[in-house]
Amino acid sequence: MATDTREGTTRGHTPLIVSLQTGEQAVREALAQIMKGLAPLDLTPEDAIAVELVLAEALNNVAEHAYPTHHAQGPIQVTCDFEHGGLNVTVADRGLGMPDGQAPKGNPQPVDLDVQDLPEGGFGWFLIRDLTRDLTYTRIGRENRLRFRMDMRSTKAG
Amino acid sequence: MKLSTQAEDDIFVITVMEDRIDAAVALAFKEAMRSHAEQAAETVVLDLANVNFIDSSGLGALVGTMKHLAPERTLLLAGMTAPVEKVFELTRMDTVFRMFKTRQDALLAQKE
Repeated sequence: MATDTREGTTRGHTPLIVSLQTGEQAVREALAQIMKGLAPLDLTPEDAIAVELVLAEALNNVAEHAYPTHHAQGPIQVTCDFEHGGLNVTVADRGLGMPDGQAPKGNPQPVDLDVQDLPEGGFGWFLIRDLTRDLTYTRIGRENRLRFRMDMRSTKAG
Repeated sequence: MKLSTQAEDDIFVITVMEDRIDAAVALAFKEAMRSHAEQAAETVVLDLANVNFIDSSGLGALVGTMKHLAPERTLLLAGMTAPVEKVFELTRMDTVFRMFKTRQDALLAQKE
């Protein structure tokens, strides 16, 4: 079992915490658990898409860059706390730090190019930056911590 | 990566038979597309109706597929679900790909 969910809801101040070991299949499983854990919030389809996409990008980044080899796999912990109409998300890992100690700017990739010059990567951080706000990255000791907030348009949880 | 191929007249229709094109399958998807599209003539229609999640790795694989097919062969996308369309809109890749609501729409547009 690669993932472990500690709480089933994020109502009030009981955050949803999902832990996983890196690996692409583990990312899929963790996303499924997170989306299931957030189901009580009754997010709009559009918000749910944004949450799953941002978390997928954040977790894939950790799997690819913080733990770049099979020998250096490690834990990732995702915390989602629903508060004041939005999700406060923390993604923590114990892998390599970000280059220059900063999260990438995530500039939009150019698209008005000849087909052969089109970018095949670099979309991930753009999507994360575009769909979140108040993003911070800190490395304390051996732990990387990425935090951001996602405003949810409407949910039954209020 | 499960794909199914169908030739309609001289148009190649490839249907993705899985519900996610994400980091776990992006490379396999790109390779499968290459081998499936090998016998394609001018036009390849990729039916994405079964796909309800794509991430940036999957998007990169689609761009890579289009680059591989060009310039002789054109890739048309069809049947995009809302989550897939959203990623294309956000990254402005909807201005790069030719997209059709359904595979029938894509085929009709080619016959005109």
